Amino acid sequence: MIDRLFGGKPLAPPHKEQNLIRARFKIERPGFVLDVDLSLPGRGISALFGHSGSGKTSCLRCFAGLDQAPDAYLQVNGELWQDSATGQFVAPHRRALGYVFQDANLFAHLSVRRNLEFGHKRIPAHSRRVPLEQAVELLGIGHLLQRMPENLSGGERQRVAIARALLTSPRLLLLDEPLASLDLKRKLEVLPYLERLHAELDIPILYVSHSPDEVARLADHLVVLEEGRVQASGPLKETLLRPDLPFLFEEDAEAVVDGSVSHYDPDYRLLSIRLSGTDAVLQLTHAPLATGKPVRVKLKARDVSLSLHQARDTSLLNLLPARVEHWLTLANQAQILVSLRVGDERMIARITRYSFDKLGIHAQQALWVQVKSVSLLASD
Amino acid sequence: MPLTQADFNAVLLSLQLASLTTVLLLLIGTPIAWWLAQTNSWLKQPLGAIVALPLVLPPTVIGFYLLVSMGPHGYIGQLTQSLGLGTLTFTFTGLVIGSVFYSLPFVVQPLQNAFEAIGRAPLEAAATLRANPWDAFCTVVLPLAKPGFMTAAILGFAHTVGEFGVVLMIGGNIPGKTQVASVQIYNHVETLEYAQAHWLAGGMLAFSFIVLLALYSSRRRGRQGWQ
Repeated sequence: MIDRLFGGKPLAPPHKEQNLIRARFKIERPGFVLDVDLSLPGRGISALFGHSGSGKTSCLRCFAGLDQAPDAYLQVNGELWQDSATGQFVAPHRRALGYVFQDANLFAHLSVRRNLEFGHKRIPAHSRRVPLEQAVELLGIGHLLQRMPENLSGGERQRVAIARALLTSPRLLLLDEPLASLDLKRKLEVLPYLERLHAELDIPILYVSHSPDEVARLADHLVVLEEGRVQASGPLKETLLRPDLPFLFEEDAEAVVDGSVSHYDPDYRLLSIRLSGTDAVLQLTHAPLATGKPVRVKLKARDVSLSLHQARDTSLLNLLPARVEHWLTLANQAQILVSLRVGDERMIARITRYSFDKLGIHAQQALWVQVKSVSLLASD
Repeated sequence: MPLTQADFNAVLLSLQLASLTTVLLLLIGTPIAWWLAQTNSWLKQPLGAIVALPLVLPPTVIGFYLLVSMGPHGYIGQLTQSLGLGTLTFTFTGLVIGSVFYSLPFVVQPLQNAFEAIGRAPLEAAATLRANPWDAFCTVVLPLAKPGFMTAAILGFAHTVGEFGVVLMIGGNIPGKTQVASVQIYNHVETLEYAQAHWLAGGMLAFSFIVLLALYSSRRRGRQGWQ
């Protein structure tokens, strides 16, 4: 509120803004509204998530300056890029950003190597923090350097586009649905490289996506956009669990939990994952992974059920002690989403209202969570 | 000897006129085509229509207006006279100016099509890769529009070589100055020298065919090369 009174200018001294992205964009056109006011962490991956037409790409284009919102303020880690109050607008080519377009958008007349060099040679030598070899290695495109873009697969094009953007040593990397135009096989080919970006480079990334899977797998911070407005913005795990976000919940409600590999049983091909803050273990059949390796796991609410006692005679592998936090009745009035805490992690169960009443579920109740199916999100 | 010295001079003059006109047209036509391809201004359609006028107007109409305006009482004529250049009618310079108007659509339209086909996407990519607009135009748009420039240059050149009505109106028929090949054919027919006319006309026919053949085959190669 106070921000708005002062025309959206930051009140904090500049050094407080070093690790922060402040963005306010307002566009009103017939049939289209974008009205966002965001404070994003200046590191890690922030996902802009929403259905098509929710304004995700428009928002990203405003970050890049490719579209100019008439009422806007944008500051990235202490650098002011746009302030409509003072008429300041830094042209896109003067912003230290990398942009990966949905369809890669490589230069058709240049080889892969010359595409990579295009941005690299346009920044001063002393500000080149990413050497060509590193970007090539990171994205696994060494064997493609002499090729023309027309001879690349969709996945290869996206990897080249990501490397090309990285080579401008951006202070902010913008990815516009880089996987949307790819089939599942190509997606799985590119995803590990995106995870490596996250792990190995200290560049804040804004990632536009309409895929809950991608968001759950990659993001640290989640912004939910709907009809050009921010529905929610916060750390991924907490935001996924917010009960007031109808479309994140409903049918496809899911939770993401972090843990580490605690054991592998090669005979049953069973991987055990210890969740943080508890001795509770999730098990799933999987290829071997090194003990201690951090992993991220997705639990769909419809695969999680509740029991008052620890059932011993069941084929379900995963029985975890949990505590009830809060719940939400779905629009159909027949089902309820129950938010639960297991150790430091939280998950959601989707159960019928009948069961909810029969079990007499109440806040802070201790009970058992049964998980039918678990999928591993981040692993190599 | 099928061709006389006058015929040779006429052919040479045609080639000189077409070369100079093509160079000027590429210089003038590129910014016009770029503007037409980029703008959302209400002026786009009127200016586009003006550029396209020579496609539909009889060359004698263009020639007539140019003759009047470049003559001693026209606006251009008075300007050139006040600059001490005399009048441009019945001069080679006058022919070049007339040809630039006459062949403008043949250069602007292929360029505009090429620029529009390239679209905004490569420019946006270039901008996010730190290229300023001029840099992006030179290093991205020009190479991507190369087939368009080839087409524009060939069409502009060939169309100027084939010019007749405008030349006759503003240039007359002065050997070595304004007597180009197309006019020379007319002279031969007027004086019933059909054999001479055949040689020149046949030469022009072969030239035009070869030019268009080169154009179409380069387009085919271009498509294979770029897509």
